[in-house]
Amino acid sequence: MPDGPAPAPVIQRLRVRYAKRGRLRFTSQRDVSRAVERAVRRAGIPVAFSAGFTPHPKISYTGAAPTGVASEAEYLELGLTDTRDPARVRADLDAALPPGLDVLDVVPAPAGTSLADRLQASEWRVRLDGVDPGVADRAVAAFMAAERVEVERLTKKGRRRFDARAAVFACELDRRAPEAADAPSAILRMVVRHVTPAVRPDDVLAGLRQVADLAPPSPPLVTRLAQGPLDEATGELADPLDPDREAVPPPGGDAGTAHGAAQERPAGTESADVVTTRP
Amino acid sequence: MPVESLFARLEPLLARVNKPIQYVGGELNSQIKDWDDAEVRWALMYPDAYEVGLPNQGVQILYEILNERDGVLAERTYAVWPDMEKLMREHGVPQFTVDAHRPVAAFDLLGVSFATELGYTNLLNALDLAGIPLEAADRTDEHPIVIAGGHAAFNPEPIADFLDAAVLGDGEEIVLAITEVVREWKAEGRPGGRDELLMRLASSGGVYVPKFYDVTYLPDGRIQRVAPNRPGVPWRVAKHTVMDLDSWPYPKKPLVPLAETVHERYSVEIFRGCTRGCRFCQAGMITRPVRERSITTIGEMVEGGLKESGFTEVGLLSLSSADHSEIADIAKGLADRYEGTNTSLSLPSTRVDAFNVTLANEFSRNGRRSGLTFAPEGGSERMRRVINKMVSEEDLIRTVTTAYASGWRQVKLYFMCGLPTETDEDVLAIADMARRVIQAGREATGRRDIRCTVSIGGFVPKPHTPFQWAAQCDPRTVDRRLRALRDELRRDKEYGRAIGLRYHEGEPSIIEGLLSRGDRRVGKVIRAVWEDGGRFDGWSEHFSYERWVACAEKALADEPVDIDWYTTRERDEVEVLPWDHLDAGLDREWLWQDWQDALAEVGVEDCRWTPCYDCGVCPTMGTEIQIGPTGKKLLPLSVV
Ligand code: B12
Ligand code: SF4
Repeated sequence: MPDGPAPAPVIQRLRVRYAKRGRLRFTSQRDVSRAVERAVRRAGIPVAFSAGFTPHPKISYTGAAPTGVASEAEYLELGLTDTRDPARVRADLDAALPPGLDVLDVVPAPAGTSLADRLQASEWRVRLDGVDPGVADRAVAAFMAAERVEVERLTKKGRRRFDARAAVFACELDRRAPEAADAPSAILRMVVRHVTPAVRPDDVLAGLRQVADLAPPSPPLVTRLAQGPLDEATGELADPLDPDREAVPPPGGDAGTAHGAAQERPAGTESADVVTTRP
Repeated sequence: MPVESLFARLEPLLARVNKPIQYVGGELNSQIKDWDDAEVRWALMYPDAYEVGLPNQGVQILYEILNERDGVLAERTYAVWPDMEKLMREHGVPQFTVDAHRPVAAFDLLGVSFATELGYTNLLNALDLAGIPLEAADRTDEHPIVIAGGHAAFNPEPIADFLDAAVLGDGEEIVLAITEVVREWKAEGRPGGRDELLMRLASSGGVYVPKFYDVTYLPDGRIQRVAPNRPGVPWRVAKHTVMDLDSWPYPKKPLVPLAETVHERYSVEIFRGCTRGCRFCQAGMITRPVRERSITTIGEMVEGGLKESGFTEVGLLSLSSADHSEIADIAKGLADRYEGTNTSLSLPSTRVDAFNVTLANEFSRNGRRSGLTFAPEGGSERMRRVINKMVSEEDLIRTVTTAYASGWRQVKLYFMCGLPTETDEDVLAIADMARRVIQAGREATGRRDIRCTVSIGGFVPKPHTPFQWAAQCDPRTVDRRLRALRDELRRDKEYGRAIGLRYHEGEPSIIEGLLSRGDRRVGKVIRAVWEDGGRFDGWSEHFSYERWVACAEKALADEPVDIDWYTTRERDEVEVLPWDHLDAGLDREWLWQDWQDALAEVGVEDCRWTPCYDCGVCPTMGTEIQIGPTGKKLLPLSVV
């Protein structure tokens, strides 16, 4: 049986922040990873492959948002067999991915650093249609006042009970949200620490139901707004790619990183409830 | 009339179903055209789950061809799973297209692709969800024209009442012709309504409109006559044959789904048709003659298709891919071109000869050599003469020896059970063959870790084949023979453990047989099964034999026929068959003679390499065999 030549080694590692928007929030992690593998090929990005009979492209993911949840802050890492300009990779990969999977930021990863270590918490936005903001506000207050809120989730290993309260650093009603004329709608923002077992917005909602009987009439629209190191004093999440930007001096002036795309996103796509329409 | 997207109403449901991504569209290379700019609008359906339907080549080809035209719009729709169906019914969301989520009922045409008969209940479900009356007779000018295509449409009689029209054969040219007829009729202000449109389609001779034909029956249940019931409708409707595959190089931009599907590869048909003459194979009979795509076009399609899709696998598709006159150059050319790019090539190899192994070696140059598949179809030499699959046991042993010697460890052998004239011995001969295969493999390699898997399907007689007159074997006999084979292999101490056996129970084949050779009366059974909750009959976890039997008993109670009559009954030469008015080009006398030859165990050659034996197709359809070699080679790509 032919063994083939040894695969080319990884020369450059890139960290990528991408968004899952609109109807593409219904992709599962497997769907996303297949789409990224194909996009990388179509974009001609020289991704390294593992050795063996079924070589796998060196693309790794950290803490993906669940199926059905939109996100502005998903992260993956690419191992390349050659050096590429991150700004070019950002543009090419974004063009090759379907609209709705949008590449926001690409930075080179310094050796020996771990992105996963920096992703300490997530900020979530949860829209509850048909829920009166006042009612939601009282439920949140009751939840935050509690010491422990035991919830149950169906996992692959059966039913599991765990505390949903301790991981929640902050949770509040978003009062800036405009009130729709026809139907009430409450928007929650929460900062949740990454713990094991993971506490997801769903679990917090289960907790709200537990403490205050809050039962939204339709499925919540959830968006992950950010992930990163948590500043306990301010409650803010820092950009987890900033340390990389500082570590690596850009090769050619400021073309070295591809930041800024997050600000450029078209108006109206920041929430899960907006359907991306294509030309 | 503006048509709104249903997505806003669908979205809340998506959070509550399995694999919601299959309903949202957004595939790479999918298209959304402006509704109001389009003069003719097609909804194309593959009547199975998205994961099976999306990769379907037929639908992808027609989708691309139609959307390339100005003023024409095509979108796709698939069968929804029961969890989604339940929510759609609860919330009044109709059957939708995945492209722009438009209601299927708003389109001018609904084209449904039937590769298999097992999608019939899904057709009814989709029509019902769409709000389109199930029976064509109940539809008004407001409803889409429902057209069936694909191989099963060569006998659309069981679903005739639910169809406005059916098209036989290659779809590329005829969908454009139909589009023109619809465009004109609409531009003229829809004169004469739905009936006139159907009349215009029917009188062209290339579109079958079931309701313009009356079927009368004899007291014993056989068909007396199928005849047009109005002037201007032809007695027979002919199939369509695309004669120059190079001028139809589709799909150029394959659809790349976000969801996981059964085939994740770029497939290129390297030729259409097959004249090997296997008597059980409907595809080989109805797609004659052989028309090759040239090596140059194949190379261009692979290059473009990979670039447009990002796929890492290429499939060279046809009914017997190793038979392409330049297959060796194609295989070598592609293997050279994509060496070191992690692109794998696959060739569904069914022909049993050593050349095939050489090809497979070429295709697996950079990858693993896990398994190689051959289809002798019949266990004994006698059986293979009956079905005209002319492979000698010596050929087979030589072939597998070469395969094992070149590093393959596993060989898969495909067979059928329940073939005409089959005896218990014919089936037990499969065990002997498998033993000899393992023995040869061990001798060739000196190793004991080689394996052989035997895979057996139940034979279903199909329309437009020499076996269309044959009695289908009853499921009890099939099951008994398969068990005997299994016991025989289990008893074998020396080879048994190296041989794997995979087979299906015989019962589902009987229902396939009912749907394959059924007539219009079977429509009542299909409807009853659907009303009773029958869906997704191609999936063993959804298919219910008991339900089909119970519904058939009820629905056919007033008829002199039953399931056995349709399946296990042999027909004689003069019986009018339900599809006799549908013309695949095959001469009925030739088919009957071939059936007699089968019973006499006489073979027939392949007309590609021997003189034409007058099966009738070429003169009737004005076609001819198109094969190479062209003498051209695949060039390496300048930029990879
Ligand atoms: C790839 C393939 C599969 C794949 C992919 C199926 C898919 N989603 O497309 C898989 C492995 C899943 C599969 C499964 C099965 N397959 Co299969 N499959 C094939 C294969 C090799 C290629 C099909 C193909 O793409 N052809 C090329 C396209 C372009 O042709 P087409 O679809 O017929 O479309 C053209 C026309 O028919 C027409 N047309 C089609 N639809 C419409 C609609 C309208 C409105 C119009 C106007 C025209 C039109 O226009 C198209 C362009 O010309 C064929 C063999 C072959 N070479 O054809 C067998 C074949 C089609 N399969 C077959 C069978 C039996 C099956 C199964 C039932 C097997 C089983 N027992 O489980 C299942 C059924 C799956 C299902 N539920 O639908 C048989 C069909 C039996 C027959 N009629 O004789 C074939 C012919 C193989 C054989 N020789 O027996 N299959
Ligand atoms: S008509 Fe003759 S050449 Fe054409 S397919 Fe039939 S046997 Fe072959």
